Amino acid sequence: MSTRQVGEKVQRREDPRLLTGNGRFVDDLGRGALHAAFVRSPHAHARILDIDIGDAWELEGVEAVYTWEDLPGRVAEPLPVLIPHPALTHPRTGYCLATQEVNHVGEAVVMVVARDRYLAEDACARIRVDYEPLPPVVGIPAAREAARLVHDDVPGNVAATLLQEVGDLESAMAAAPHRLTLDLAVERSASTPLEGRGVLARWDTDDGSLRLYSSTQTSTGLRAAVAAKLGLPLAKVEVVTPDVGGGFGVKIVHPWPEEVLVPWAARVLGHDVKWTEDRREHFVSAAHERGQLQEVTVGFDDEGHLLALDVRFWHDNGAYTPYGIIVPIITATQLLGPYKPGAYRVEFWSLYTNTVLVTPYRGAGRPQGCFAMERTMDAIAARLGLDRAEVRSRNFIQPEEMPYDQGLMFQDGRPLKYDSGDFPASLAALKALVGWEDFEGYRAEAERAGRRVGLGIGCYVEGTGVGPYEGGHVHVETDGRVNVATGLTTQGQGHQTVLAQVVADELGVRLEDVHVTTGDTRAMPYAVGTFASRGAVMSGNAVALAARVVRAKALRIAADALEVSPDDLEIADGVVSVRGAPGTAVDLGTVAVLANPLRYAFDTAAQAATQFAGTFDPQRPPVAEDDEPGLEGRDFYSPTQATFANGMHAAVVETDPVTAEVRILRYCVVHDCGVMVNPMIVEGQVHGGVAQGVGGALYERMVYDEGGQLLNASFMDFLMPYASEVPHVETDHLETPSPLNPLGLKGAGEAGTIPVSAVIASAIEDAEGIPIRSMPISPPELWALRQQHAAGTVTAQEGPS
Amino acid sequence: MSGQAGSAAGAPGAEELLEVTLRVNGVSRTAGVPARRLLSDFLRHDLGLTGTHVGCEHGVCGACTVLLDGEPARACLVFAVSAQPHEVTTVEGLGSDPGALGPVQRAFLECHALQCGFCTPGFLTTVTAYLEDTPDPTEAEAREAISGNLCRCTGYQNIVSAVLRAAELRRGATPEPTP
Ligand code: FES
Ligand code: FES
Repeated sequence: MSTRQVGEKVQRREDPRLLTGNGRFVDDLGRGALHAAFVRSPHAHARILDIDIGDAWELEGVEAVYTWEDLPGRVAEPLPVLIPHPALTHPRTGYCLATQEVNHVGEAVVMVVARDRYLAEDACARIRVDYEPLPPVVGIPAAREAARLVHDDVPGNVAATLLQEVGDLESAMAAAPHRLTLDLAVERSASTPLEGRGVLARWDTDDGSLRLYSSTQTSTGLRAAVAAKLGLPLAKVEVVTPDVGGGFGVKIVHPWPEEVLVPWAARVLGHDVKWTEDRREHFVSAAHERGQLQEVTVGFDDEGHLLALDVRFWHDNGAYTPYGIIVPIITATQLLGPYKPGAYRVEFWSLYTNTVLVTPYRGAGRPQGCFAMERTMDAIAARLGLDRAEVRSRNFIQPEEMPYDQGLMFQDGRPLKYDSGDFPASLAALKALVGWEDFEGYRAEAERAGRRVGLGIGCYVEGTGVGPYEGGHVHVETDGRVNVATGLTTQGQGHQTVLAQVVADELGVRLEDVHVTTGDTRAMPYAVGTFASRGAVMSGNAVALAARVVRAKALRIAADALEVSPDDLEIADGVVSVRGAPGTAVDLGTVAVLANPLRYAFDTAAQAATQFAGTFDPQRPPVAEDDEPGLEGRDFYSPTQATFANGMHAAVVETDPVTAEVRILRYCVVHDCGVMVNPMIVEGQVHGGVAQGVGGALYERMVYDEGGQLLNASFMDFLMPYASEVPHVETDHLETPSPLNPLGLKGAGEAGTIPVSAVIASAIEDAEGIPIRSMPISPPELWALRQQHAAGTVTAQEGPS
Repeated sequence: MSGQAGSAAGAPGAEELLEVTLRVNGVSRTAGVPARRLLSDFLRHDLGLTGTHVGCEHGVCGACTVLLDGEPARACLVFAVSAQPHEVTTVEGLGSDPGALGPVQRAFLECHALQCGFCTPGFLTTVTAYLEDTPDPTEAEAREAISGNLCRCTGYQNIVSAVLRAAELRRGATPEPTP
């Protein structure tokens, strides 16, 4: 009997390749391709008066120079609004190349194609664009004030406003014995994968077809979008996602201007063309996230029970809204975490600014929501003089209340209904892990040594594995090799291992015989993409269902061949045998031979499937009416709603009394993502998520000046944490299976990131005794807060409202 | 204006090509490139050694780290021409056969020290050189040793474990790591 693979810390199948320089990332492909480079706007807001390409195109090695006026048909039209929403009353998207107006620094204006990137950039340097600068709108206060507009025809800079309410907020608030109001702020950060975006287009002139390689999180979405833009039949476009050097959300946006222009140019020039984003380009022309201002008013009773929660927030969506209002919708709904809010009203305004556009970054609006809720919990505890964990636990949804409907509409347009979770158990595990009850002793001891320490906590619930669907295709070759395909893409999550584990178990084959392809529209043309912690949930279940189809077929064919009932058969290690009579067996490769009636034998094994071999029923066609040739099967997993994972984090920090430097001494995570296919990989996801959260809490921000220039657009100045800044993460896992899918999975990808800013704020507040209302926080900011606090100018903004 | 295509003869800026010969992973390799060609581009695009990655091109991320005479160097900050006197080692030189990993590579596999794998070659070269000098580091030293390289995926924890495991493997010990 094969050992069960699901649940094991299986080493990754993809690693030997990646460890030996045999990975294939998009810029590793396309030797001999022409290279594109872009002239980008140096202004945050300006009218384009004139473009003078001068002698750029005369440079040796330059093949073409294009502006918007060169673009035909739909290539010249604005990029699509990917996720329309009724509340998104004023969607705006950019063009592949700007025409008339630019709305953020970094917007592409001219495209150059040359023999290599160096020459393409030389040519860019010779191109002069004449701009009439317009006053820029930078930052949420300016956008909200709307003294200036980003888009002339968008009043108030408001792209969307959405109000959701559950219960009667006004009367619940009025009746509440206590009320607090908190003003909160979260700064911008960004996904910042180590590999930027990139695209390589191969136009086959003879075949009239396009193959596009892109560092994307959605190959099928990109394929449809590019086919539509270029006016090509879908059948003539294929998208292949090679190895991707991290995504974290930014690569779900599609098509990026470059993903349209590069294949268009390849077709025009009849030559492979590629573009590889450089680091500065990534900072100024990809996407950011996080920036919000929030105002929370909460009503509660003497025990700290929430009675009414009123949240208003202002979300900076940057210059354009191709990804709609998914991020603020997630903030508005996921803010509730594991709690029952009483009456709840949430209203947001999604605002245009002359900055890089805002689309999901790992956590996707949840870190901000969690920050708002968890700051509120701490403020209630402080007001009532209660233990912070106790206040949280008093407001938990209890396990016996599951499934629990929060009464809101989630980001997938479906009810925000938690499927399962045991929040009291998670909290108990966290308190044990961090030593919650013993902390005061530790604090006193530290104080005696002149040190200042604090303990912070944060809880979240994360809707994962949203639909609409993913597919799986499983194909057994005649030598027993099992090919598995799913359409979503991989950026380091180990799908080649995880999905192989699932199929190995479902089909009864050895792990090493399973070969997984992701993100290749040739292998699986129906897919959605990798985002919202959905990879394992969606594709894991899809390939499981597909494997079950194949298993049933294999049992049927083997039963015929062995002249037994399928019910008496089992499959293990790739061999179908009669239970209790292991000698009576046939291997899956042979079953695959028999599954495909042949006229021509391509090898000796195949002879068994030819027309004069064996016996057959002359009354029946070689392939039955309800059957297909081949030992393969396809199925789709399409859930009615998301699954809801949860987690609770705690941190111990030390703040330097003199320099105000913050050091994380311990970081503890309790995490429940249902059944774990590969705990090693889940753990790795948590580590990486926490590291990104720490970056967002203490180091990373996008520093825009009032002119809309991003002042820290390099790794020199944008402080992405190194190993020296990231704490060792201690973890404990609960496994509350999801009742919603065959494997009981919930997603794990974003979990680590979500509560980190909330947790670190909580810990700093605990160490300093000063309310922390804005993240990230740098030593100078904390130092300034101390001064203000000492001078009495920081009132904890939670006065009764 | 309309799209301009084609390059005119005698156009401005035709670049002089230099014959650059480098010893890479023990093999002598030659290509004609301009003086400004970065070593990272030379390795990747002229020699086809795409294991060396480029994450920033300004010397901060360390993804492009190669060894010059055994010492870590950022290939994005070195011109190919000026690397000629040196013996260059890339990730491929640490072991290019997925079926026969070197000790540092094996340790990264065992400890799940990579996710997307983009930063990984830079860590492998850095750690290889480090363990030459410091064959038995403490955990704190291991963390310090990798603190010049960025990884956006792993949170570094498993990379620290991998450094310690690699040290063990190099010393010939092979007990399984505690995952
Ligand atoms: S690419 Fe050389 S250090 Fe980042
Ligand atoms: S593994 Fe992805 S950047 Fe390190």
